[in-house]
Order: sequence, then C-alpha cells, then structure tokens
Amino acid sequence: MKGHGKPLAVLALLFAVAVLTPHTTPFVLLLVTRILILAILAMSLDLLLGFTGIASLGHAAFLGLGAYMTAILAVRYNFGLGWSFPLVIIFGSLLGAATAALFGLFALRARGVYFLMITLALSQCVWGLAYRWDSLTGGDNGLNLPGRPVLGVIRLGNDTAFFYLVFACFAVSLLALYLFVQSPFGKSLVGIREHEVRMRILGYNTWLHKYIVFVVSGAFGGLAGVLWAHVSSEVSPDDVTLATSVDVLLMVVLGGPGTLFGGVVGAAIVVFLREYLSTLVPWWQYVLGGAYVLAILYLPDGVLSIFRQRPPSLAAGPVSAEALTPSPGPGPGDELKINQGGIE
Amino acid sequence: MDARFWLLQLFNGVSYGALLFLLGSGLSLIFGVMRIVNLAHGTFFLLAGYVGLAVISGTGSWWLAIPAAALAIALLGVAMERLFLRPLGSEPLRQVLLTFGFVLLIQQATLDIWGGSNFEINPPAALMHSLVLGGVYLPLYRIFIIAVAAAIGVILSLVLDRTRAGAVVRATVDDAQMARGVGIDTSRVSMLTFGLGALLAGLGGVIGGAFLGIYPGLDFEILPLAFAVVIIGGMGSLAGAAIGAIVVGLADNFGKVLFPQASYFTLYAPLVLLLAIRPTGLFGRE
Repeated sequence: MKGHGKPLAVLALLFAVAVLTPHTTPFVLLLVTRILILAILAMSLDLLLGFTGIASLGHAAFLGLGAYMTAILAVRYNFGLGWSFPLVIIFGSLLGAATAALFGLFALRARGVYFLMITLALSQCVWGLAYRWDSLTGGDNGLNLPGRPVLGVIRLGNDTAFFYLVFACFAVSLLALYLFVQSPFGKSLVGIREHEVRMRILGYNTWLHKYIVFVVSGAFGGLAGVLWAHVSSEVSPDDVTLATSVDVLLMVVLGGPGTLFGGVVGAAIVVFLREYLSTLVPWWQYVLGGAYVLAILYLPDGVLSIFRQRPPSLAAGPVSAEALTPSPGPGPGDELKINQGGIE
Repeated sequence: MDARFWLLQLFNGVSYGALLFLLGSGLSLIFGVMRIVNLAHGTFFLLAGYVGLAVISGTGSWWLAIPAAALAIALLGVAMERLFLRPLGSEPLRQVLLTFGFVLLIQQATLDIWGGSNFEINPPAALMHSLVLGGVYLPLYRIFIIAVAAAIGVILSLVLDRTRAGAVVRATVDDAQMARGVGIDTSRVSMLTFGLGALLAGLGGVIGGAFLGIYPGLDFEILPLAFAVVIIGGMGSLAGAAIGAIVVGLADNFGKVLFPQASYFTLYAPLVLLLAIRPTGLFGRE
C-alpha cells in the first residue's frame, strides 16, 4: 500500500471503534478498553523490538510500575481519585521513563539474548518487590483501588467514560509514537536494527539512540500501567510476571513487528482469546497456543502481513545450516533478528 | 538464631539449589548450544511431575516414575526441537517465542487431564526418615536430592570433558560455525542437547514434586529461578550452573528468612549487576 492509504485505513478503523464500541455490550466495552491499554504497552515494546531490533523480556515491569504507583497513591494517600488524576497519568509516564532510564544503564550493556536475560532480571526485581513488600504493595493479594477517579461531572466509574479516556490516551500515544518513528531519529533506529556497526561508523551514537528509545518506551509502558490499574480497580503481582512480559512480546510478534499498529492487532487477538474465548470454552488456551505456534511458523511478519502484496519473507523458507548459531561478538549475527516488513 | 538454625538453613538452601541445578544445567546447555532461551523449561518440569504421578498411580512404583517421566519429557523435547524449532533455525527470537506457544499448549493439556488441584508426590518410606546431625534433623529426602544432583553433575561433566560426544558439544558451544566446518553435525547436537535438557528438567520435576508440590503455575514460579542459575553461572557452562544453583538456592532461602520484604529483590538485583558487568555470567565464554 502506497501513500496515505494505510494511515487513512487506520483512522477509519479507530473512528469506527470509538463510535461503535459504547453501543455494544458492557462486556465488549471493557474488553476493548483492555485491548487499547495493552495496545499502548505493545506499541511501546514495538519501538524496541520492531524498530530498534532489541527484544525485551521484561516489559511487564513498566506496566507494573505504573499500575502499582496508581494503586499505592490511591489506596495509601487517597491521591489521584479526583482532579489530580491527570497528574497521576503524568507521574506514571515519568516513573516509567525514570525507571527505564535507570534500567537502561544496565540493560543496554548487554546485547542479543543477553539483553533478554537482563531485562528479565530487571523485571523480576520489580515483581519481587510487588510480591514481597507487603506493607507497601499488599504482597500476594495486591491492592484494591477504591474506585475510578471522578473529575467533576465526568465519572470514570462509568465504563463508557473510562473507555473514552483510554481511547484518548491510546490515540495520543499512537500519534506520538507514529511521529516518533517517522522522524529522522526513528529512521536512524531502523538503521541501528539493520546494521548497528555501520551506523556507528557513520557517526551515530548508537548507545544513546537505544537509551533514548528505551526511556520513551518505558514512559508509554508506565502510562499503560496507570490505566491498567483502573480497568478492574485492582493490581496484583500477576501483572508484573514473566508471563505478562511474554504476552506483550507475543502481541507485537503476532501483529507484526516494526509496524506500530501491529501491536494493536496483536493485543486485540491475545486479549480476545484470553478474556472472551475463555468464557466460552474451557480449552481456549489450545487456541491461543496453536495460534501462537502457527503464527510464529507461518506468519513471521505478523498477521498484518496477510494484507501486504509482497511475497512472503525469504527467511521463512528452508533453513541453511550456517544460520544456526551465530558466534557471540559485536557483529550483526549477534543480534536477535526477526523478520521485518513494510517499513522501508 | 543459633548455629543449628544456620546449619539447617544452609542445608535447605543447598538442597533447593540441587533441585535448581537439575533444571538450570539443562537450560544452560540448551542455551550454550542453540543460543535460545527455552521458556518451556519450567513447563517441562511441571509436566514431568504430572507424568510421574500418573506412573505412580498406574504402577505404584516411585522408582519407576523418575526414569519414565524423564524419558517421556526427553522425547517431547526432541520432537519439539525437530519439528518446530529446527525449521526456524536462523531466528533465535522466534524460537524463544515458539517455546512459549508450547507452554500454553502443555499448560492447557495438564489442566484438562489433571485439573487444577495441588498434588504431592510421596517418596518411598525409606526416604522419609531424617538424619540427626549435631541436633539438627536433616530430612533424608533432601539428602537424596543433593546426591542425585551431584551424581548427575559428575556424570555430565565427565561426559563433557572426557568423551568425544562431550568434545563435540563443547565445540558447538564455543563456535558453532567452526564446529560445522570440521564436520560436526551441529543440527544433531542441538536435537540431543534439547532432549538432554528436557530429560534433566523431567528428573527435577518428579524429584521436586515431593517438596514443591505439583500445581498449575508452578512452572512459571520456578522458571525465573532457573534463569537466575543460568545467568550467574554463564550460559553453556556446567560448572557455572552448579555454582549458580547453590548461590540461588542459598540466596532464595536466606533471603526469605532474613529479609522477607525484599527477598526476591535481593536475589535479582545482584543478577542485574552481574549481567551488566559480565554479560556472559561468571563462567560463560565469549
């Protein structure tokens, strides 16, 4: 698809979602709300995975930080339940960014699979605190929020009002991230993904690029966390587990890494299967697992690639022996490579 | 807190470490040879526990359950590697994600077959006694775990260091491209390593079922600890896995006793520092 076709299609789809969703059932409304929140998180991970080519196995940490901050402020300090809620949204994003700024100092020393491991260890730190620091986080039980914020006449306790708040946050995030990846800075990220050494030779400070994108990604993760805390008015250590991190990775890969909007599609698929199909059939996890395996095997560029009029990626074909185990060291083979599509 | 308390905690930590060694050594070897992080490793552990239960209820023999379950999991691992991971050879991230697809499938299968209740494997009566050492009661079963892990560790290291098959594996860990260049079938090495890793996880699952229990969710509770073992020891290093397992076992145990509010933090935060300073772990090779 050339020109403005894609953004227009996305706009039309979003418009339809915004208009139609409140007229469906309360269950679907909440389902779409969850999808949009996790879509923000998935898009923030796509910045790292799809655009910069670094895969994080700890993105749940940022969701958890935002969510726990919101819950702790509300439960322990009675803050953020009125007009102070917009401040909480800002604080949540800042906390995500600040934590990412700290984590990035450690994480970006590692590359490839080691980056997976160090981000996992970092998120386990957050999980450990959430799980064990009873006096602050409520430990295993988590925290129950007293209710959604009330801003004058706008009562977010109403699911439709909350949906529109989430939708607004989502739309702003999508636009901001779109402009971010379309900017010259975003293009240089793709350059780093494709060939970091070459970018360094061209004079780019690739470490700083990756650091900045990590911080930006953390900020949007924190934002998603603030909203997440208010979806079901509870937070628990489950929100910060390895399983959640993998779920977000799955959303990005399912939808198509490096497409931004793919994360939205992936979030929709995963949340739909997890939350909706699970109410219909007890064996829903076979469908999720099966979809997962099939998508990884046959749709390396994600579900969105179905709509693209290009031959499937060559890398999905038979495997040559030399491709098996790249030796560690600063070479392109050391990075975790996944197929990218549609962003040239 | 007298000396007896410390001795008991030390013993508990080491025996938990022994169990983690069974899980972590396989994960480490798989990583070393294939450069992939097997997210299904904890689920192998859990599934083995269930299979072990089935064998025990079918035959009544606990001693039979261990090899039977381990072998079943090894076969599953080999099949998974051959049919699904191999075709993705060039892309470690997709392989990692694929292993999570199997996590979902296996979890659902165990839920369908065994339900959501908490099971426990009862070891034979002979292992239910305790040794009394300086006034401290040491459960014989935990000593048994330490013995099994030590035996497995010694056998594995002898095989890796002294045999041709071991040399082939070490060569693949160090430089797979070079190994292929001298005629090593690294594809087969990958398959067998994945099977061996699954076998070890299976052993751990049946043996660990006696004091961890077997319940849905156990797999993702223990998986991060297994990763911690691999991170500390360095991926692909057996000696590293042994040391990492003891460190994690002790840190987990003492952390819970001494700093209950920050116990997992005290385990993972040092890992982050270690990874940042030495990304390849203590014993991993560049």
